[in-house]
Amino acid sequence: MKAFTELFYRLDASNRTNDKVQALSEYFSTAEPRSAAWALWFLIGNRLKAAVKTKLLREWASQLSGYPLWLVEESYNHVGDLAETISLILPEPDVDEHQPKPLWEVVEDKVMALADWDGPLQFQLVKEAWSSLPSRQRFVYNKLITGGFRVGVSRTLVVRALAQVVGVEPPIMEHRLMGKWQPSAAAFERLLQEDDDASADVARPYPFYLAYPLEGSLEDLGELGDWRAEWKWDGIRAQLIKREGQVMLWSRGEEVLTERFPEVVSVAARLPNGTVLDGELMAWRDGKPLSFAVLQKRIGRTKLSTKILESSPVAFIGYDCLEWKREDVRKNDLHQRVTLLGKAIQSLPEDQQGILLAPAVEFQSWEDLVQFREQSRARGVEGLMLKRNAAEYGVGRVKGDWWKWKVDPFSVDAVMVAAQAGHGRRSGLFTDYTFAVWRGEELVTFAKAYSGLTDAEIREVDQWVRAHTLAKHGPVRTVEPQLVFELHFEGIAESTRHKSGLAVRFPRISRWRTDKLPADADSLETIQGLLNPGQ
Amino acid sequence: MSQAPLIRPTANGLYCEVGDFYVDPWRRVGRAVITHAHSDHARSGSGAYLCSSSGEGVLRLRIGDKAPIQGVPFGDKISWNGVQVSLHPAGHILGSAQVRIEYQGEIWVVSGDYKTMPDPTAEHFEPVPCHHFITECTFGLPVYRWPDSRLVFEEINHWWRENQTQGRTSVVFAYSLGKAQRVLAGVDASIGPIAVHGAVANFLPLYAKEGVSLPAAERLTKENAKSIKGQGLVVAPGSAQGTPWLRKVAPLSLSFASGWMAIRGARRWQSLDRGFVLSDHVDWPGLVDAVRSTGATKIGVTHGHTAPFIRYAREELGLDAYDLPTRFVGEQAGSENVEEDSEEEGRE
Repeated sequence: MKAFTELFYRLDASNRTNDKVQALSEYFSTAEPRSAAWALWFLIGNRLKAAVKTKLLREWASQLSGYPLWLVEESYNHVGDLAETISLILPEPDVDEHQPKPLWEVVEDKVMALADWDGPLQFQLVKEAWSSLPSRQRFVYNKLITGGFRVGVSRTLVVRALAQVVGVEPPIMEHRLMGKWQPSAAAFERLLQEDDDASADVARPYPFYLAYPLEGSLEDLGELGDWRAEWKWDGIRAQLIKREGQVMLWSRGEEVLTERFPEVVSVAARLPNGTVLDGELMAWRDGKPLSFAVLQKRIGRTKLSTKILESSPVAFIGYDCLEWKREDVRKNDLHQRVTLLGKAIQSLPEDQQGILLAPAVEFQSWEDLVQFREQSRARGVEGLMLKRNAAEYGVGRVKGDWWKWKVDPFSVDAVMVAAQAGHGRRSGLFTDYTFAVWRGEELVTFAKAYSGLTDAEIREVDQWVRAHTLAKHGPVRTVEPQLVFELHFEGIAESTRHKSGLAVRFPRISRWRTDKLPADADSLETIQGLLNPGQ
Repeated sequence: MSQAPLIRPTANGLYCEVGDFYVDPWRRVGRAVITHAHSDHARSGSGAYLCSSSGEGVLRLRIGDKAPIQGVPFGDKISWNGVQVSLHPAGHILGSAQVRIEYQGEIWVVSGDYKTMPDPTAEHFEPVPCHHFITECTFGLPVYRWPDSRLVFEEINHWWRENQTQGRTSVVFAYSLGKAQRVLAGVDASIGPIAVHGAVANFLPLYAKEGVSLPAAERLTKENAKSIKGQGLVVAPGSAQGTPWLRKVAPLSLSFASGWMAIRGARRWQSLDRGFVLSDHVDWPGLVDAVRSTGATKIGVTHGHTAPFIRYAREELGLDAYDLPTRFVGEQAGSENVEEDSEEEGRE
């Protein structure tokens, strides 16, 4: 726990990539494997489910610190991080330096064990940990039990460091880390071997290849003929694997989706063994995409009723082939891979609707693509993808061969009506805002957004909020409706979440319209008009 | 007690009507008692000033050599129209004082800024028994509990050495009056050469004159940059971040010494490599102790997280605590993450 905590603080303290990679490689080359396995598991983004209710944690912190609960809450509002707040207000621990607890023991005995108990018994375990861990370790422990563990390091850097320790190329290490693995000494030692038989794990997916947003103009891409265009589907990116008679469906977040999509899996069972396809899970009916909201209904369910299966039909829209006849074909060019993809889909029964081929968008000029992109909303897609025909299938987000060219977002001028302090890096500053538009003479809320401003702007708005607060409701402050911001968002749906009866997808602040007055902000009718164009 | 309060807030600052003087006025007044020379407490242009003898030098540097300043030793009593005024160490910076005001048996103390932790560059805080205590509350939440400064300096020394192995110059941002000198006094000067910003250097002879021993530190110049680069420690106000002045000793490792650095979010908000928890203000346990040890039952709370401390003092300590508004409109601004004192060299 000590070594891991030190690693956490080293990663947290530095802004330099090299420092981070060095800290990681030093940790991985010296840590004992069982703890290192857990460290790695957390560092690449896995979380334990929060085992303890945060309300209980606040109460226990109040009890053990002797501070009234309201003061614990005030402190939390100021710090913006409950795990940190608790580690700061508890009395100094009684640490036995001779009995340091390894990370695996803390995780397995003091964190995971919490899930088996209810409140009062959990309290005993938590109290024991709080009183025996030095304050920094206590903070990391709190992060683990609240399930909010995030480290200031990207997966790419972790992979790079580990690859460096083992002496293999990063893409190979990335592939080894894909899929589900249990953090154990054996698992970590397997990662450290110089040779690793990927085929030993039939469920293991390949790392996804990701596109960059298009920069500059289409003409800069060079020869028209070097490129393939496809629609950018608005679904769930997924990898479909058929090996040794088994079908696995993975999301990009490495979640297993197999059981959620039986229509796809039953068809995939008929693919030849040793086939891996890349594509998009879509809500789909009669050859057309349905909205993302329909797909969301499916994702939320653990049990799929007949009703859900009927109201939210799905399909896997394949656009790449990564493995064919048990062979990794990622080094082949796109043209060859798409041919293999076609073969794979042709091998399926003709009338099936579960796995479909993503068509190419045929174009004769760049101008054609500009026109097609304009049609995106009407077609229910997010825009266009541009892929270089000669490119291999890469690992992660690499610039140059795959570009996404999304349709322009919706844009609305809205008035800020409430603000809330942010968390983490933004704690103590008012950075989360609620926005409203006009319905007649009244401002009605429709979105919350917290990104898009520069640090300098955030400071300025923060000061403004403090000086123009109308009322405080816990951490939320209603403010004078004076500041106007241009908001961008991707989609609109009816919803009871906001007073306006609408909710928007991915709202973010585009810019602060200091040139506009509240009266210049848009109206609810304008947004409704975007929702139902032409009505 | 008496009908009108002995001290009351006015548009010019805290005012004692019977004695006709102000404590740390923010406008020009006839007579000003100054707790310490930070710019939000000491303004030029008043008719007469009273401060501690050891604080006189730095105050002159701040508001003018010719200013009508009277320095008095700690504990000496001055009488104005029957009001007895004396100054007592506040431990904030060199010469910083609490103001004790006594009239017809009623005793008030205005703390100014203070800290209760030891600091070799400032006289140690002395609790003054009183009926009515006006306290600062910059860090009035229990999450602020300062570590032992010896541990903090061990951390700084360790970071400095580490930077030397990487060939980086170590930069500590600190307020040029008080914190900067405290940093100089606390680091292990045998590790390498030390250089300072001019704003810091100006105060060094005054510290020497008051018998505060500090290691040798030159102003950073083009000439000595070579010997500092990669090996040395530079102490500078935060406003030096990103300037060509600092760039001449790049590559740098940047740090900030401040109480705000106790919170991870505040550390990460700034583009710093390290944040050292070193404050010249009182922390939560020190605040509770200080308030208790005065024996006062009326507590005026000013500057900082006043609301939670007032409620705590009323409900948990059984004291008659109330909010004493400062000249700041509303509450202290969000840039509190950045600035400890609203000094001109504060980073913004």
